[in-house]
Amino acid sequence: MSASVSTPAPALPLRPARRAPRRLVLGGIALTAALLVAGAYMPKWLTFLITMAASHGLVSLGIVLMMRGGVVSFGQGLVFALGAYAAALAYTRLGITDALGLALLGGAVATLGVAPFAPLLSRYRGIFFAMLTLALSMVVFGVLTKTEALGGSDGFNMGRVTVFGQKLADGHVGYVLYSVTVVVAAVLALLARVYFDSTRGLLTLAVRENELRVEYLGGSVRRAMAINFVLAAFAGGTGGALVVMSLGHIDPNFSYWTTSGEFVFVAILAGWQSVLAVFIASTVLEVVRSFSSLYFPNTWQLSLGLFLLFVIRFLPRGIGSLWIGRTGSARSAEKPR
Amino acid sequence: MNSPLLRAIGLEKRFGALVAASAITIDVRPGERVSLIGSNGAGKTTFVNMITGYLKPDAGRIELGGRDITPLSPRAITRLGVARSFQIPQLYPALTVLDNMLVATACQENRLSFWQTARRPDAVARADALLERFQLNEHRERLVAELPGGVRKLLDIAMALTGEPQLLLLDEPTSGVSAEEKFPMMEIVMTAVGAQPLTVLFVEHDMDIVERHADRVIAFYSGRIIADDTPQAALATDDVRRYVTGTLEAAAC
Amino acid sequence: MNLAATILIDGLTYASWLFIVALGLTLVFGVLKILNIAHGSFYALGAYAAASFVGWFATLKFAPGWSIVALLLAAVAVAALVAPLTERGLLRFFYGRDEVLLVLVTYALFLILEDVTKLIWGANPYYVSAPYSLFGNVEIGPQVYVGYDFLLVGLALVVGIAVWWGLNRTRQGKIVLAVIHSAEIASSMGINVSRVYMLAFSIGIFLAAIGGAFTAPMISVQPGVSVGVIIVSFAVVIIGGLGSIEGAAVGALIVGLARSLAVHLAPVAELFSIYIVMAAVLMVRPEGLFQQTQARKI
Repeated sequence: MSASVSTPAPALPLRPARRAPRRLVLGGIALTAALLVAGAYMPKWLTFLITMAASHGLVSLGIVLMMRGGVVSFGQGLVFALGAYAAALAYTRLGITDALGLALLGGAVATLGVAPFAPLLSRYRGIFFAMLTLALSMVVFGVLTKTEALGGSDGFNMGRVTVFGQKLADGHVGYVLYSVTVVVAAVLALLARVYFDSTRGLLTLAVRENELRVEYLGGSVRRAMAINFVLAAFAGGTGGALVVMSLGHIDPNFSYWTTSGEFVFVAILAGWQSVLAVFIASTVLEVVRSFSSLYFPNTWQLSLGLFLLFVIRFLPRGIGSLWIGRTGSARSAEKPR
Repeated sequence: MNSPLLRAIGLEKRFGALVAASAITIDVRPGERVSLIGSNGAGKTTFVNMITGYLKPDAGRIELGGRDITPLSPRAITRLGVARSFQIPQLYPALTVLDNMLVATACQENRLSFWQTARRPDAVARADALLERFQLNEHRERLVAELPGGVRKLLDIAMALTGEPQLLLLDEPTSGVSAEEKFPMMEIVMTAVGAQPLTVLFVEHDMDIVERHADRVIAFYSGRIIADDTPQAALATDDVRRYVTGTLEAAAC
Repeated sequence: MNLAATILIDGLTYASWLFIVALGLTLVFGVLKILNIAHGSFYALGAYAAASFVGWFATLKFAPGWSIVALLLAAVAVAALVAPLTERGLLRFFYGRDEVLLVLVTYALFLILEDVTKLIWGANPYYVSAPYSLFGNVEIGPQVYVGYDFLLVGLALVVGIAVWWGLNRTRQGKIVLAVIHSAEIASSMGINVSRVYMLAFSIGIFLAAIGGAFTAPMISVQPGVSVGVIIVSFAVVIIGGLGSIEGAAVGALIVGLARSLAVHLAPVAELFSIYIVMAAVLMVRPEGLFQQTQARKI
């Protein structure tokens, strides 16, 4: 500790803080554009894979949102299912066919569905939070399986969506759904990144580190947790809607605990620091899933399990920690002196 | 303006058979620098915990500026202008020093932003100003987990000051700090604290620091107040010498 | 009256099954503080091993009566082989870490074991029929029950009493109780906590495997058996209170009865009746019925 007269630190350029969002937005747009262009030349299986990766990634993003506050949800399948069923039902029963509309509807329904539980859930931590979210998702699974009007355990099918009023021609469906998914995912990913870097985002990290001090500084831990829970529901519901539009089919397994487990796997693999890592991790899962079912049907879960152990042991902050600075955002531009 | 800022009236607290507080009645006037002394387990920290809402007294009342704060939560009490630091610094280890300060500022705000970056210029400027008062600027971008103990204590106190509280409670601000660092550290703290109108209660074991920085001393023993006077007077009383500073042999029970 | 009897008996047999399975889970949590998602996988291993052992006994021309011994041996084999491997080879690297982290580790283990079972036994179902017809049929009123179903009730009682007695009346059991209370204090008192962990984990796996082995004759043993078991045992253990043996018993009875009521009176609710109770307990009294740990913050 210096006992000398303290000299004020050199004034740090404040522009990096302002520049970062613009750089982020531009980067995001560039990446999305690149994906859209590349998609036109990709084989169909690849566009489908990326569509699944992006939409599932949104669901995992929800888990990451909550992980930043220090809790792991084992029931994200609930909002995934809610969003998917909402979209599928809106299509088959209400005649809403617009892809973007259905995506947002899925997010909205999932959010409204779990919002009443947010205050309660905001009080739980650790194993009990995991178990409560798990239980709630299994209740929904049970209800869905036994509701014949919704197809029971078989679920039901959903037809082809429209985009901006246009019907989709056979050859284009895959690419259009891919584009819609990539764009929606990119927008939500960007919003998530902005939220992570915001004041509330920082507060979430603080809650994870030391709840007690947050309360003693006048902050509301419960409100922060509840908000994250609700935002996670929106991401999950939107992801669910996007998945069902591409799959054309929905069933109660969307809410089963093993489905939730896969989303948790991706979240752990990605870590809580980088939004991009979530989608990369989601893509990794999709790749392992697709190739394994083709070539090694009896070892893909084995691979996932080993992978998970490796990450837990050697990369506890997930793959995102490989390129993100120690404190959660790329700070290399802001070193003083 | 001499009405008390803080009034503790007849506070009682027991933990089973242990009497942590008994008939604690204290009036603190605005601007006072009060030191709470006493051996470990005498009831100083219990008192601080009751004031800040962490513990609820079994009996008695606490008033802040005339308002009854006894049933309020720590969060509510903090928002009324009571801040505290901790004996073991309560910080955010994985975040930088600057981010720790930004969290502190954020917690006091009423309308937090979902999109404005946490490092917005005005918040950073306020944080930097406070860091400067505590001579912590050089550590600005370091992770708290990497900081030495003395720096952590300063940061802990600096964070408590972000909300511009009217009452500051420091729980053993120099504990865990090496002997030669204690004095300079307390100088920094009290100078930084002096920059704003503030009433300070600090728990302290080092009597030199007490004499230097306090204008009033309240001594605790077995949950009771055994002295409440100027430092010179309090430290000269038999009870304090017997039960706190150890300069008089304790009577055989 | 007949319906009530049926509901009770069904509830009781299901509760017995639940208790045997959940007991191991709650014991492992109580001692090692690990909520083991792979518990269902050990159950499955027990079931598969039972299929193998019963098959071998049949090949060796043992009388069908011996198939019960085969089931027992299967459980012992699983515990003896898998417990040390898992505990020494994996879990001990994560002791003392965050509880949720350990859940994730056991989740990885579950994934691994799912495929290991498939690699060893293949994906086709096994039918372990020999023991099932050993006890003939029992008539209670107009309902005819297979005698084997009541074997489970007996087994549950035996297992429950054995574990209770082992913990409360033996010296080793008292040591285990000490570790349950506080591993740190126990260790500073000279107790070999490592060995207690090993012991508790082995018993936990043994209980899971026994559950699987003795259930094997009642089901078709195939991939995916573990998945349903895990979630249902979680429900029982949460309702009863993590780490509590009485809790496992009471939780099993509650869940068994709830499911039986649902199956007979409101089939629609069959699946989610269990999880509604689990969620309700978590919302109202999260520690479960027999626990003291603090589950909610602020």
